[in-house]
Amino acid sequence: MNIPLLYELVGVILLGMGLYSLVVYSHPVRKILALNVSGAGVFLFLVAAADRTSGPLPDPVPHAMVLTGIVVAVSATALALALACRIHQVSGTAPLTDNEPE
Amino acid sequence: MSLNDILRPMNLPAWIISLPLLAAVVAVVLPRTGRWVSIFIAIITPLVVFKLCIEILVHGALQMQVGGWQAPLGIQLYADGLSAAMLAMTAIVISCSTFYARSYFSAKAASPFFWPLWMFLWAALNALFLSGDIFNLYVTLELLGLSAVALVALSQTADALSAAMRYLLVSLTGSLSYLMGVALLYAANGTLSIKMLATVGPASPSLPAAFALMAAGLIMKSALFPMHFWLPPAHANAPAPVSAVLSALVVKASFYILVRLWLMIFEPFINPSTAQLIGMLGAFAVIWGSVQALLAKRLKLLVAYSTVAQIGYLFLFFPLSSTPQTAHTAWQGGLYFVFSHACAKAAIFLAAGTVIYAFGHDRINKLHGIVRRMPVSMFAFALAGVSLIGLPPSGGFIAKWLYLNAALASGQWWWSGLIILGGLLATAYIFRFFSRAFSYFPEVVEGRPVPKIMEWTALALALCAIFLGLTAPAVTELLNAGKPF
Amino acid sequence: MTFDNWLPLLTLLTSLLPGIVIFVLPEERVRWRTALNLGGSGLKLVLIGVMIWGVHHEHVYETRLPILPDIDLVLNADAMSVMMTALSGVLWFLTTLYAIAYLEKSSQSRSRFFGFFSLCVSSTIGIALAGNLMTFLMFYEMLTLSTYPLVVHSGTPESMRAGRIYIVYTFGGGAAFLIGVAWLKALVGSVAFTEGGMLAPYVDTYATQLRFIFLLMIAGLGVKAALVPLHGWLPKAMVAPAPVSALLHAVAVVKAGAFGIVRVVYDVYGIEFSAKLGLLQPLAAVAAFTIVYGSIRALFQDELKKRLAFSTVSQVSYIALGAAIVGPVATIGGVVHLVHQGLMKITLFFCAGNFAATLGVHHISQMNGVGRRMPWTMAAFTLGALGMIGVPPIAGFISKWYLATGALAAGQPWIIMILVTSSLLNAAYFLPILYRGWFQDAAETRSEKSSGGKLETHWMLLLPPLITALLALLAGLLANAPFSPLEWARLIATREYQP
Repeated sequence: MNIPLLYELVGVILLGMGLYSLVVYSHPVRKILALNVSGAGVFLFLVAAADRTSGPLPDPVPHAMVLTGIVVAVSATALALALACRIHQVSGTAPLTDNEPE
Repeated sequence: MSLNDILRPMNLPAWIISLPLLAAVVAVVLPRTGRWVSIFIAIITPLVVFKLCIEILVHGALQMQVGGWQAPLGIQLYADGLSAAMLAMTAIVISCSTFYARSYFSAKAASPFFWPLWMFLWAALNALFLSGDIFNLYVTLELLGLSAVALVALSQTADALSAAMRYLLVSLTGSLSYLMGVALLYAANGTLSIKMLATVGPASPSLPAAFALMAAGLIMKSALFPMHFWLPPAHANAPAPVSAVLSALVVKASFYILVRLWLMIFEPFINPSTAQLIGMLGAFAVIWGSVQALLAKRLKLLVAYSTVAQIGYLFLFFPLSSTPQTAHTAWQGGLYFVFSHACAKAAIFLAAGTVIYAFGHDRINKLHGIVRRMPVSMFAFALAGVSLIGLPPSGGFIAKWLYLNAALASGQWWWSGLIILGGLLATAYIFRFFSRAFSYFPEVVEGRPVPKIMEWTALALALCAIFLGLTAPAVTELLNAGKPF
Repeated sequence: MTFDNWLPLLTLLTSLLPGIVIFVLPEERVRWRTALNLGGSGLKLVLIGVMIWGVHHEHVYETRLPILPDIDLVLNADAMSVMMTALSGVLWFLTTLYAIAYLEKSSQSRSRFFGFFSLCVSSTIGIALAGNLMTFLMFYEMLTLSTYPLVVHSGTPESMRAGRIYIVYTFGGGAAFLIGVAWLKALVGSVAFTEGGMLAPYVDTYATQLRFIFLLMIAGLGVKAALVPLHGWLPKAMVAPAPVSALLHAVAVVKAGAFGIVRVVYDVYGIEFSAKLGLLQPLAAVAAFTIVYGSIRALFQDELKKRLAFSTVSQVSYIALGAAIVGPVATIGGVVHLVHQGLMKITLFFCAGNFAATLGVHHISQMNGVGRRMPWTMAAFTLGALGMIGVPPIAGFISKWYLATGALAAGQPWIIMILVTSSLLNAAYFLPILYRGWFQDAAETRSEKSSGGKLETHWMLLLPPLITALLALLAGLLANAPFSPLEWARLIATREYQP
């Protein structure tokens, strides 16, 4: 098995682990962390996919995608954390309130 | 650069994206100008969009490289009839909602972040409908999701905040799944452009996997059953104009992407039973959403569940388009649902917002006789309801008819039963509220007067839904321009 | 587009446009509202007159608007449409007059009422002029939508309940009809009305499916036409104000259903094809059952409007019965009864409204001696009732005669039994009312709700029933005159059986 394939596989595993944690854990910060782990998995996959070219230089397009993705992930994480803080301030609890609004 | 140069048809896509973006930036830097800048853009942008529509009707699809950078690293904007129609729908709904929002927020202190976020949302939608490659779709999808979440959270109540959190997590998961699909597609085919991917050869094993991931992500973002759980709290707790735009446009954006990808790339390679499965989920959505709407105690929650139900209709497009002779009809029907639902649902949410403004609450049991207090809003509600139920002469009826045609002509008669059932259930939940509005007993409730603009924008959108029912040939002509199908 | 193309659309617009304007009129503008109402209906009558003359001379008036990629909205004036349109136009004019007197003094939300009133008539005209099933379907559903606010106008719990039942029945029927039309389109690709029917070529390939489609369509139309067991909404809808009951039962809703049945049998399936598929016997059976059932239920009602409602259930099925018998004579009988029943029934409802508005009388048990107090109204009521029973020379006799003769000609003598039974039952529930009104003394002093001065009641409440009663009489007396309803029905039958 060549190296890029290994990375791709690890990326997929990370994606899966992150999704599992997202579903299983109830605390919002854990969910946010889980999403970040999944994101890291996808990015890893993309970086490995850059090896497609036959020459010595890798394909820059996946790198561009990863960079964009990281920016998006950071902003999204910031928003999510801010929301989690605010929820804690307003309602005093951390986990997501699970009741449908009446 | 002369005026002619700036307004060259080729640059129209850039303007359509930049105008709301500029407005957003100005609204951030100078918060007090937020309202006026938004109104100004809300008048100008629809004009530019309509110019684009005419351009496409006459000359066919339009393509533009942003900044002159070529693919694969440059961003390509592509506008055909379908994009133009979606842009037009967005422009109409957001423009009316902007006028509405101006009055809605003048009484209470509007958050200084509302207007920038509102404009960012619009810019993201425009960019999404104009994207020509799958990665750009991801970026715009994320932009859209973040703006929408922030708008939901604006009212800062505990319910709104937790709804926003749930929405955000679902949205991010969906985008991540979609991005993984993009990565798979790129790794296998070496290109991001949709048009290039359309020519991809027969079954490489990555295609079904990529489709599964992308579809799962987009289905989550479109709130198709069983991934709908985030939608009712989010749409019911957001301020009225935000709910309108969320239900009308944001959930349609991911559906649009799914349809594009399906038609251009995936359809020949995916097992037809997948389409039937998606249709089944749509059927469940229709029934479940309608039943929950019947049980809802608050008007906005009723309308939000109605969105869940109507989204189910959208996804019937997939099984109905499986036979070649009905595919085009099903496509037109699905898109007609998108347009008429956008106008009708936005109108209903705006009308519901008017109700809350006047009476301070939206408990259905306590809203007797309000047809006398606010006849214009109730008329808007009625017209929008007509379209949601699918009665003539509305866009909803045209969509329902096209779907029925497709179902019966392709021998999939079971979908026609579902469509009819959905219509009857919609009648039930619409009239559940509406009959109370007509009832003068035990007493007609009192409320404060409502700015006329709010009532009339709701009515304008409802009239659009009806108008769609009368201009089907023209709309379908636009849809077919540039041969997106 | 020539004038010939515009005429059907214009006829529709003469009630649609005033209706839209009336919606936005403030409540106090009584004069404007009255002017718009009467002006619109007057103009409509003029246009209808033009259409009658034109169609008699084989002119073609057709408006075509593309509404779907492959189907047009078609408004077409053929002999049948013109008859229905004329009926609607004349009766609308009179009902408007009546409604103005009934409601303008007392009620709230008059702009809303008259707005929907006008929309209702526009939908009826649309149904009458429809040239294909799609147009028919669209206006049929619009009729439901515009009549609901009229039924729930007073906002009381009873009217809300009635409205709810109305919705359940009519939307259910609408759904059935929609499926039928969509299925037909998918099968044969066309939904146009053609004289003599267009489905005969498909007898071998699609016979069973066509039977189901027929069932669905008749079920959908039967709700509005009050065929048993789909009639449940009609008696409940009596809570609506009298002008609404008059409109619903003589002009708009019930007739729309019956008219639809006639159209489906003659212009979609064709009478001979329907017979070949074996569809007519069940239809005749249902119609016959409804005729008898409605009359029996009417016997036991004490509330005047409810008795009249069940009488409507019974009488409208004559039209369906006429459609279900093969042969031009029966066709004439059924089609002409569209007009005759309309005239007679609206007279009865106008009178019922007068009794309620002027004397506060709602129940038959209260009707002792009303004839002394309100002789003209009672006379009109008598004419209408006798016509219903089938006493010559009032119009009802003509329709029954033709139906009976037609049944005999088609070899179905059992129908004559039904007709006779129905006439006897009609006599059984109408004659006691007449006896009470004319020959019994008023039991105690009634509360007088309003007095019209010298006249027994307001002139606008008195005039319409007198006119319709007179028309019913003339339609019978002068049945052989040119342009009488009977002549027109003969024209329709000729064009149907010899296209």
